[in-house]
Amino acid sequence: MKDGGQADAVELRGVVKRYGAVTALKETSFAIRDNEFFTLLGPSGCGKTTLLRMIAGFEEASAGEIRLYGEDIAALPPNLRPVNTVFQQYALFPHMNVAENVAFGMRMKKVPKPEIERRVAEALALVKLEDFAARRPSQLSGGQQQRVALARALAPGPKVLLLDEPLSALDLKLRQAMRVELKEMQRKSGIAFVFVTHDQEEALTMSDRIAVMSAGEVRQIGDAQKIYEEPADRFVADFIGETNLLEVEVARTGPEGAAIRLAGAEFIAAPRADVKAGEKTVASIRPERITLVAPAGGLTGVLERLVYLGTDWAATIRLDDGRQITARAQNAHGQKLPVGPGERATILIDEGAPRLLPR
Amino acid sequence: MARRNDVRRYPGFLGITLFCLVVLYAPLVVVAVYSFNASPSITLWGGFSFRWYEEVFFGLEAEKFKRAAWNSVTIALMAGGAATVIATAAALGMVRAGRFRGKGASFALLSLPIMAPEIVTAVATLIFFSLIGLTLGYGSILLAHIVFCIPFAYLPIAARLEGIEGAFDEAAQDLYATRWEAFRFILLPLLAPGIVSGFLLAFIISLDDFIITNFVKGAGVETLPTAIFGAVKQGIKPDIMALSTLMLGISIVLVTISYFVGKAGSTRR
Repeated sequence: MKDGGQADAVELRGVVKRYGAVTALKETSFAIRDNEFFTLLGPSGCGKTTLLRMIAGFEEASAGEIRLYGEDIAALPPNLRPVNTVFQQYALFPHMNVAENVAFGMRMKKVPKPEIERRVAEALALVKLEDFAARRPSQLSGGQQQRVALARALAPGPKVLLLDEPLSALDLKLRQAMRVELKEMQRKSGIAFVFVTHDQEEALTMSDRIAVMSAGEVRQIGDAQKIYEEPADRFVADFIGETNLLEVEVARTGPEGAAIRLAGAEFIAAPRADVKAGEKTVASIRPERITLVAPAGGLTGVLERLVYLGTDWAATIRLDDGRQITARAQNAHGQKLPVGPGERATILIDEGAPRLLPR
Repeated sequence: MARRNDVRRYPGFLGITLFCLVVLYAPLVVVAVYSFNASPSITLWGGFSFRWYEEVFFGLEAEKFKRAAWNSVTIALMAGGAATVIATAAALGMVRAGRFRGKGASFALLSLPIMAPEIVTAVATLIFFSLIGLTLGYGSILLAHIVFCIPFAYLPIAARLEGIEGAFDEAAQDLYATRWEAFRFILLPLLAPGIVSGFLLAFIISLDDFIITNFVKGAGVETLPTAIFGAVKQGIKPDIMALSTLMLGISIVLVTISYFVGKAGSTRR
């Protein structure tokens, strides 16, 4: 345990989870680094919570190893794993006050009393609830309960903190404020946080790295920019942000990118080694990389719908070959779009913006 | 409050209510009032007095009643206690084990004794005891009481347990508690109001029981209800009213405590 300084915080090796004939998590191997804010992101039922619960010890892995700083913990019950969990509904003990809740883990670990008291005070100071030590959980607001849950999980000094959609029960403003605080807490505590969410915005704002999951499988691991700008497949491209997924034909390939043909016009896509000229494939094009100008040849279509969204405009364009794409135009400098609804437009796409995805 | 469909505005509501209350409670009130009657008549009021209560505690039959009361209370305590432990275990199994085959059947079996006619249970218990050659007496009463108290203890405990999230258990284990510690420090305190409530209910049911007790008590051993019945057979005397009123009082107090314990626990959450 002590010699694991260089080891990864959590390492999964060929972990599988089956419930009878159903596979909740397909064979998965990846590592969560020391002192990292790592997010498991995916729609409900993708296996992210199952994965987290296996690290916590509530679910037994059907196969594979789960290593915590080099030590295989797959066979240990939850109470012998030096990780703590912040539960979705907090699960604060209703018959104990805030201080007793925070002290519980250390009490069970048989930490000496004076040290428990000191660390409870520290943990409550960290979540700014020093004045609430004697309150019952039922006397606290949702946001305060959330902080108690955090303090309770951090106080025993876990090696890794697991968070199961902890922000989902809060209202929007509070959720946004807590994102910043959570990230700050992770930095201060110096341990790895493993955060489960279905909210991509949450994942993008807090995480050092994100694992995008779908149907019991990790589709891509990377930082926010990587998974947004270089999605590995259709699912990731579609799940993270908004995108246009269009079937295109590769015209030429070269070191600076591949030329693709879309409805008769040519565009430059980001380079990709494994595509050949003449191949049909799918391109992901982010709406904000598409510009509408007055009709001037190239790729043309009709602006069908224009929606005002405050910070930007969302435009839906029907291409001449019948397909639909959406574009976003920033609502900056009070500029108006050069095209109005129902009018024809030429569609420009930033060079290198289309990402070619495996079909 | 004054909604149009409020049942209180239906014609005859007051009359029906009063009629039901009278039918239900008039006999009890009469017994309670006449237990303070100074005259030995059970129909003529002769002034207020405690003489029949004195009769219960110090009269000719006082020894018999005291022995019966002692049997009743000790049996009720032990039967209530044992039934509560068994019911708690049953509730943990039923509520916490998730879905399993025969769960519906298990629940039906658990609550059947409440539904089954008591006389049938009494006869069956007697036949069973004589089949296995059990000597009738204090022990046979206790055994029978434990059995029929279980469903009464089970219901409040299971209801309480269903209101406790499973996540508490996981949270405790996540915070380094062993299974036993998680039960001892988290589940048990949360479940306590249900357990107390279940125990008091079982205690009362055992204390009150006549039919089953009368079948399985054997000769010479009496509980309070069988002793009262025995006394009444020789004619109703006012001291029986005093004794009945005492039992009624104890029952009311315990049921009230049971109610408030269950309630206090649920509002605290």
